[in-house]
Amino acid sequence: MTAPSPAPAGSRTAPPLLRATGLTCAIGRHVVLRDVDVTIEAGETVGIVGPNGAGKSTLLRILAGVRPPAAGTVELDGVALGSLSRRERARRVALVAQEEDLPAELRVGELVALGLLPHRPPWAGGGKAEARAVDAALAAVDMAGTADRPLDHLSGGERRRALLARGLVQDTELLVLDEPTNHLDVRHRLDLLGLVRGLGRTVLMALHDLDLAVRFCDRLVLVHDGTARSAAPDPAVLGAVFGVAATPVRHPVTGETHLLFDRHPEVP
Amino acid sequence: MSGQPWRPVVVCVCLLLLLAVALPAAMAFGAEALPVGRVVDALRGGGDLATRTIVLDLRLPRSLLAIVVGAGLAVAGVAVQTLVRNPLADPYLLGVQSGASVGATAVITAGALGAFGVWALSAGAFLGALLAGILVAFVTLSQGGLTPLRLILSGTVIGSALSAIASYLVFRSADPAAAQAVLFWLLGSLAGAEWDRLWIPTAVVGVSLALLMAASGWLDAMAVGPDTASALGVSVPAVRAGLFALLALLVGALVAVAGAVAFVGLVLPHIARLLVGARHRFVLPAAALAGALFLLAVDVVARIAVRPTEIPLSVVTGIVGAPVFLVLMGRRRYSFGAAS
Repeated sequence: MTAPSPAPAGSRTAPPLLRATGLTCAIGRHVVLRDVDVTIEAGETVGIVGPNGAGKSTLLRILAGVRPPAAGTVELDGVALGSLSRRERARRVALVAQEEDLPAELRVGELVALGLLPHRPPWAGGGKAEARAVDAALAAVDMAGTADRPLDHLSGGERRRALLARGLVQDTELLVLDEPTNHLDVRHRLDLLGLVRGLGRTVLMALHDLDLAVRFCDRLVLVHDGTARSAAPDPAVLGAVFGVAATPVRHPVTGETHLLFDRHPEVP
Repeated sequence: MSGQPWRPVVVCVCLLLLLAVALPAAMAFGAEALPVGRVVDALRGGGDLATRTIVLDLRLPRSLLAIVVGAGLAVAGVAVQTLVRNPLADPYLLGVQSGASVGATAVITAGALGAFGVWALSAGAFLGALLAGILVAFVTLSQGGLTPLRLILSGTVIGSALSAIASYLVFRSADPAAAQAVLFWLLGSLAGAEWDRLWIPTAVVGVSLALLMAASGWLDAMAVGPDTASALGVSVPAVRAGLFALLALLVGALVAVAGAVAFVGLVLPHIARLLVGARHRFVLPAAALAGALFLLAVDVVARIAVRPTEIPLSVVTGIVGAPVFLVLMGRRRYSFGAAS
């Protein structure tokens, strides 16, 4: 009995949904990414992890198409994102940014409806179809019936979910999330990531929390030292990249693998 | 989706009706009080010649100018607050008004642009505003782009420098009347209203409002944040550049005809948001109508409070605007554009 092995290279499988090749990016004179390749298969949940300042956000923005790379291409379903107009790109990739200060008088439904902007002229809006799309997206993030609430009445967790619904309503093949669990407490982090998993979408997200990244992502992209490599969540590799000792531990109740971190024994 | 989708529309219709009532009422006040009935008669071409002259040639253009300037400043306030994502921003933040004051001061104290005759003051103010706008844009762009913080900083710094130049021009001038004239202009006045001078600001305000309405979805996205806007397919640099250019022209045109009327562009956008929510589709017309109504009322006070002299508009808008702003700030429900 052998473990199912990945399809051998060169075999005819479905092409990946997103294929980025040779990405290079510099901020000023500092080269952040050098000749980076990333692929994402349809239906996967992929986490981007890496130490602070490694270029996670930059890579995320390049893969979402909102920031052009200095060199390299990002193809979605075989179409280069750079060759699409902004509007066309926004109909195919949704990026949910962190957005800390939202307009207070805006209502939840109005924020979510902004996701329809790539699908209509900027002066249009309203109507039954919009209301239906917004209600469906709010239901998907477990916020049904909140469309009329002002954003400043929401808790941090609700605000994150409202932003996620904004991305869902955009109705794209790829959903890109920038630190969706930032500033959330432990329960809301688990809730939100569970919800993201349950959406059944192809998701790319930058995450800070390695343990959560390992548990909620199919695969990780490790950004480190200007490179990015796709990796199965291997504690030894993660530990080496972050300069810590990572120990996998089986949860006594759920049996899931968790990671425990400690300072690296070789670092004084 | 929205429990009261008709509310913003109702608010705008009410404001429009109020404005229709307020316009003849405002024209009843003045050096010679006229009953509203006679004002309406004169507007329909009846009444005696003296009344018709007062109403049609003096008070109507002035009241219409109040409406245009009030609406324009409120719309400019909405645009600038969205551009720099700052609730304390007012249309004069970008330094354009200080440029206008240099131009106007040069005309008043040194007789610059004499060739323009009665249009010299407006022309000087408008040219000054445009040059200041170009200077702020140039400095900001050369430092990496029209980002909110850079715009606020360079607008404020360049504005201060230009105000200093205007002050020096006044200081240097031997004519004490010139200083008085500059001060009066700086504080805003509609005393120069004539039919001839009405159409340019009207066209500029109308076109600006139409363009902003057409882009209202983009502005909503910009208000949420630049990252969200670009994720939604909005070209953030292009929208910022467009807003800046439109603001420079709009503020320049308004300041050229009415001087620097304070507070309207700061306070009215907030009042509009309280009335109709945050979507630009509704905030823009509501702010325009509320601004028109507000400045119409302010001009009446400015004309009749201390007869026979006229008080500058900014004196009245400041006295009314400051407490209104503080009351708004005290409201727990209202957090000035930014959540928490």
